[in-house]
Amino acid sequence: MLSTVGKYVLLVREAFRRPDKGSVFRKQLLFEFQSLGLESLGIVLFISAFTGGIAALQTAYNIDSPLIPLTMVGFVTRQSIILEFSPTIISLILVGKVGSRITSEIGTMKVTEQIDALKIMGVNPVNYLILPKITAAMIINPILIIFSIVVSLLGGYLACELSGLVTLSDYLKGLRLDFVPFTVIYAIIKTIVFAFLITSVSGFYGYYTEGGALDVGNSSTKAVVNTSILIILFDLILTQLMLV
Amino acid sequence: MIEVRHISKSFKGLQVLKDISATFEKGQTNLIIGQSGSGKTVLMKCAVGLYSVDHGQVIYDDRIFSDMSEHERMNIRKEVGMLFQGGALFDSKTVEENVMFPLSMFTKQSFEEKLERVNFCLKRVNLENVNKLYPSELSGGMIKRVAIARAISVNPKYLFCDEPNSGLDPHTAGMIDNLISEITKEYKMTTIINTHDMNSVLEIGEKVIFISEGNLCWTGDKHQALNSDNEKLNNFIFANELTRRLKK
Repeated sequence: MLSTVGKYVLLVREAFRRPDKGSVFRKQLLFEFQSLGLESLGIVLFISAFTGGIAALQTAYNIDSPLIPLTMVGFVTRQSIILEFSPTIISLILVGKVGSRITSEIGTMKVTEQIDALKIMGVNPVNYLILPKITAAMIINPILIIFSIVVSLLGGYLACELSGLVTLSDYLKGLRLDFVPFTVIYAIIKTIVFAFLITSVSGFYGYYTEGGALDVGNSSTKAVVNTSILIILFDLILTQLMLV
Repeated sequence: MIEVRHISKSFKGLQVLKDISATFEKGQTNLIIGQSGSGKTVLMKCAVGLYSVDHGQVIYDDRIFSDMSEHERMNIRKEVGMLFQGGALFDSKTVEENVMFPLSMFTKQSFEEKLERVNFCLKRVNLENVNKLYPSELSGGMIKRVAIARAISVNPKYLFCDEPNSGLDPHTAGMIDNLISEITKEYKMTTIINTHDMNSVLEIGEKVIFISEGNLCWTGDKHQALNSDNEKLNNFIFANELTRRLKK
């Protein structure tokens, strides 16, 4: 356990060295923006729209008392989306989509000697392969989360409108009720930390893959499980540090 | 010239290389031969720095490579080309991008200059009109030739080839051997080839070292190899009917 943490820290330190060539790094970064960010946009928006709708409907369904105003539907939907659903649940979904991809890609390069080829050429493989992914995810994931928040709230509105449980005016009133802008900053900070965990942990498991195709699959599984655990753990720590 | 002095290497208590010393000459094709599991690949990976040695030294033209830090090794590695057994081409890049990669990393050439060099190297390995193909679209022989083109694109001083003709038909294997030999002479490189293919030994074995169970058993050239009285070497070389007939 301790040796694994030590190897991970050393790998991250190696990744954050100055890139061998700036122009190559920028090219890799643009590629990762597309592969880690744009290619995840569809699934993020789809899940966000439906979960926003479900959150609004479940809140409306649970309000039985006439003493609780219907504006609470918009309020609860907003709070759950911004505080937890978009930054954490979407990050967990990205672990499965992006994290496993990173581990498989780097793991396959390892077992087919492509990483050895980079070393022989005098290229720092950790820096060349992992730094652009970490940087790209830490920039693009917060943007994905902002889109996710907006689409979730729209999903909530559509669900209320179509079901007729809450009026548009009540929903919008609830959305604006006691809004604290810091919650959005909190969501973005969490997303940045989770993006770092997703890319660095997945890269770590890929880089230390040894064997063949079966081991690449095992590394992917380990990366997804351990990153998910770390995300939940850091969610608790960050919430304690920033909100409580 | 590359020299290994008294190198030993163990994995989990199992000694794979035992006090091996050898010299690999410049401008020659130096072959490391031996049975599967004899330690050839470990010796090559120690020489190129992919494995650290437990004891001994690896010296590149009077520079003690094995004592250098990883950062210092990076500079020597820019003078090294390596052809891996499976080619190790980057799957996500086209042939052109693969061969251009070392140029993009270590030179300040314009795209046109790099492309000219890429086309020259591909032509040198008898490949043309494959620039836009991906490795998955190439045959085994073509992959090896692209890997050679990538290895020579930055004019390396040292070329390492790990089983360059494994998995190839005899004609293509002979072509790859001759290509490596020609390039070695042309660029005056120190070339080390790992093989257990006797055809390669007979074709291009200017200097041959034979390893058995992690020990250096014999050193000589291809002519001496055929007439040696070393029992282990003879058992290796004349292991099949064809070579036994050839000896007779």
